[in-house]
Amino acid sequence: MSEVLLEGRHLTKHYPVTKGPLKRTIGWVRAVDNVSFAIERGKTLSLVGESGAGKTTTAKMLLLLEQLTSGSILFKGKDLHQFTRSQLKKEYRPRVQAVQQNPWSSMNPRMRVKTIIAEPLVVNNKQSKKQTRERVMELLEQVGLRPEHADHYPHEFSGGQRQRIAVARALALRPSVVVLDEPVSALDVSIRAQIMNLLKDLQVKHDLSYLVIAHNLATVRYMSHRVAIMYLGEIVEYGEAEMLFENPLHPYTRALMSASLLTLPEENGKETDQIILSGEMPSPLSPPPGCRFHTRCAEAKAICSSEEPEIRTVGTQQVKCHY
Amino acid sequence: MNKIILQVEDLRTYFFTRKGVVKAVEGVSFHVNEGETFGIVGESGCGKTVTGLSILRLLPEPAGRIVGGKIVLDGTNLLALSKKEMRAFRGRMVSMILQDPMTSLNPVYTIGNQIAESVRLHQNIPDNKVREEVISALRLLKIPAPEMRLRDYPFQMSGGMRQRVVGAIAMSCHPRLLIADEPTTALDATIQAQYIALFKEVQKTTGVAIIFITHDFGVVANMCHRVAVMYSGKIVETAKTREIFEAPKHPYTSALIESVPRLDRKDERLYSIEGQPPSLLNLPPGCRFFPRCDYAMEICGEKEPAEVEIGKDHFVSCWNVS
Repeated sequence: MSEVLLEGRHLTKHYPVTKGPLKRTIGWVRAVDNVSFAIERGKTLSLVGESGAGKTTTAKMLLLLEQLTSGSILFKGKDLHQFTRSQLKKEYRPRVQAVQQNPWSSMNPRMRVKTIIAEPLVVNNKQSKKQTRERVMELLEQVGLRPEHADHYPHEFSGGQRQRIAVARALALRPSVVVLDEPVSALDVSIRAQIMNLLKDLQVKHDLSYLVIAHNLATVRYMSHRVAIMYLGEIVEYGEAEMLFENPLHPYTRALMSASLLTLPEENGKETDQIILSGEMPSPLSPPPGCRFHTRCAEAKAICSSEEPEIRTVGTQQVKCHY
Repeated sequence: MNKIILQVEDLRTYFFTRKGVVKAVEGVSFHVNEGETFGIVGESGCGKTVTGLSILRLLPEPAGRIVGGKIVLDGTNLLALSKKEMRAFRGRMVSMILQDPMTSLNPVYTIGNQIAESVRLHQNIPDNKVREEVISALRLLKIPAPEMRLRDYPFQMSGGMRQRVVGAIAMSCHPRLLIADEPTTALDATIQAQYIALFKEVQKTTGVAIIFITHDFGVVANMCHRVAVMYSGKIVETAKTREIFEAPKHPYTSALIESVPRLDRKDERLYSIEGQPPSLLNLPPGCRFFPRCDYAMEICGEKEPAEVEIGKDHFVSCWNVS
């Protein structure tokens, strides 16, 4: 096992729901509840789940864009609570960068590409203009764009090229962790493969750690070393990607896998059996008691609706289920 | 099963813009059998949505125009109909589901109202029967407690439920053909599986033929009997779903299938198609896939390949095959 670079311990984010002129708090949206994971150097951890599972909120907490309700983040073994503000600015934020989902809204349309990519450099380092320009050219080349692209505006590029620009911007400060929020889901099929291959190449070249947020399991299998499956603010299963996909333990993981498996129609027109979940995800405002998945689980028993399951370790996997 | 309900022949739909003529659909031919699901797959800008809109004659005029071809639905050439006659055809014979239920439903009307609108418009039934029709449409799409849900507004429903309402509107007048344009793209994985299973059932009970437009090969495998793969305004390959996956003949089809990561195996490295689709304003001569094709020959850059039948129901346009 290689060095753990970034670790989340019992991360929790509750948003208050307020009402009336005095903004009395009438409830809490439990967006993320007691989530723990570790990202190793040069490896990829993926957070998988459907919309509303708390994936993006978790990522925002790591990027310090959301305050933690409770829990702690450890960077290179040191708790972020112990960092001073200027230490955070110098030692944490430049090391952890992000690529957003939608390459159409993540860039200022009035800036040229060279300005977009140079912005993190200008904000964080006092470099000479010449150094900055050289670094921008170097980055463009790394993500497979040509030097003359530096003077273009974002609208002149296709989606795949824009995502390349976003990657170049994220790499500008030579970070050790990059948070990729649905990096390919806005792109076309043939372009997705290009970007995923690029991300994998860059990971090896620069020894980067990725936190990938995705809802597509096949993409995740291709990209990740470790996977955490989230449901309604909790991690229900966590483990090595290969083990988890070969032997999914949690019923939700199995249902999710079944939904994204490629099943060919049988020759004789027979139906293939697929797990189809009934119902929808409950509201995080009042999560069901006991196991949060029991309302949709085909294998639910009496205990599931009364007692919250403990996180158990099975082999290399951790699973939050009574069975 | 094998009676043809829709026959599209050499359809050409162009958009006349200030920059020039965009040939969005250029000579597309296919047919759909009764009770069958026919998939159209392709990337954005390949003309799959425009093909769907052309069948309904709902193109944004005057920029978009059907400049040639034939669309025969159940014995009637839709392109020969007047606007009024076409209007009577829509809903009753053919209807459409759009991608995003949030934009295809009106936020200020209840869903009961919106389904009733299409029932009143297309079916000649007395007012007191309308409510029954609306409820039966909701029931067909398995919306729980339809009598209560009638009074809900779209914002009170989840994405999956909203898309069912859109389905109920489309099915409310018992059409023979349903065009579904990326109906599951905006939905979550488990909800998507629900929706597809639901549509298979709807098809079984009503016998409606479905044209399923999508970019997702997983959905195609699950849902469609036959598939057409489109690239740059043309169909490059048509075949039974199984054949497309097991023995794709066009280089674009196989490259596209290869470039999708699979859940049931670990890929070390994905195949990727380099470059981008050509601009429809300025098409290369010869085969449209030629600049990105691994198997390109000299002739590919000079002459467009013709469509050849290489097996039962299997058509390919590629010089490597002919």
